Amino acid sequence: MKQLFIAFVVLTLGLLAFSTYQALFVAPTEQTMGDVQRIFYYHVPSAWTAGVCFFVNFLASVVYLWKRNLASDALAAASAEVGVTFCTIVLITGPIWARPVWGIWWTWDARLTTTLVLWLIYVSYLVLRRFSAGGQTQVLAAALAIFGFVDVPIVYMSIRWFRTQHPSPVMGGGENSGLDPAMLHAFFWNLAAFTCVGIVLMVVRYRLQMLEEKVEATHAAAALQGDSR
Amino acid sequence: MTTIGVTRTTLLKDLLMEWRSKDAINSMLFFALLVVVIFSFAFNPTAEESRRIAGGLIWVAFLFAAVVALNQTWARELRNQVLDAYRVSPAPPNALFLAKAIGNFFFVVVLEALMAPLFVVFYDLRSVGPVWQLIVVALLGTWALVVNGTFFAALSIRTRSREIMLPLILFPISIPALLAMVDATTSILTGEASPDFWIKMLAVYDVVFTAVCLLLFESVLNAE
Repeated sequence: MKQLFIAFVVLTLGLLAFSTYQALFVAPTEQTMGDVQRIFYYHVPSAWTAGVCFFVNFLASVVYLWKRNLASDALAAASAEVGVTFCTIVLITGPIWARPVWGIWWTWDARLTTTLVLWLIYVSYLVLRRFSAGGQTQVLAAALAIFGFVDVPIVYMSIRWFRTQHPSPVMGGGENSGLDPAMLHAFFWNLAAFTCVGIVLMVVRYRLQMLEEKVEATHAAAALQGDSR
Repeated sequence: MTTIGVTRTTLLKDLLMEWRSKDAINSMLFFALLVVVIFSFAFNPTAEESRRIAGGLIWVAFLFAAVVALNQTWARELRNQVLDAYRVSPAPPNALFLAKAIGNFFFVVVLEALMAPLFVVFYDLRSVGPVWQLIVVALLGTWALVVNGTFFAALSIRTRSREIMLPLILFPISIPALLAMVDATTSILTGEASPDFWIKMLAVYDVVFTAVCLLLFESVLNAE
């Protein structure tokens, strides 16, 4: 199992290197935006990976409330952290791209606002995990994760409606409207690479969480032993 | 020991305690008043502008005031280990949740009823749209805040820094409901758009999250 994972890590690193090469050198320069458009190869795959992580978090939380096993809670914790990391990358690369292209750092349109709210919800999940005590953490966090995930489509719907009522000042043409095949090629490599990076990070964090739980359990058992003597 | 019976008893207990001490209502009222006054320094609107921004101001003030009440009603249960007693009793957990939620709903609605004339006075508000729509939005919106707030208050009461935890976890989840409330209120006040979509969205939000809260409350209550 461990060798398989190490092989997967090596594969991921190779994939990441190759896709970076594709994104920065092979893919053609965009006509209107120039080289700044290349951020797109990091921005969109990061968003996708964050979405995958949050979905995993939702599933793990549901399984935890059902089965109450340590593994699903550890996976929930791991996937939330990795998801927040990728979401942060999305929220940082987006404005970096937007400033030269749109002229503004930020706009309150549907997608951006939903991403920000998503980030806020999962950061609050991490805060809850940090601040709650002992055995309760898992159940409380799992409950919050379910709330958060159920909320996301509602958030998107409401902000979409809000924005059709109050259209934002900038309407980007949408870089996804007809992608040149050479760009699509680089894009898919990056998508695969980022997903693999996400998986690697989740697995590592999951293992770390499980080890932490085991250490805590051992300490608790030792303390109980000590008391009864 | 039916759910309805327990809910009614617990609710009446809470209302009676509140009536005698008036803790939550007084602190909520004063806090909301302070928020309103401070906002008036920040914005200083004309009558026309005030109709546009009043929606947002009103709901922010009510949101903060509601958080004050939500923390207090659960804190009451922690004193004298009432919450633990409830957990070991055969009473259905959802009854406790419903009683708390309905109690909080009642307090916040009373607050809104008392604050509304104040807003009209301070911001010279005159609604262009029908007032009954404002009442519908207020009721649906308040339930949206209160149902999630009661659940998260129960969640956060067991954490460190419990007073700050509630807003931290409640606000992100409540964003669509807040958006709906604010936009619906503004639409009705200015008469510029129809609030129908927002009212339907609030109804959907209420139904979805009431269901989720009822499903998950037992796990949260017994978490330890």
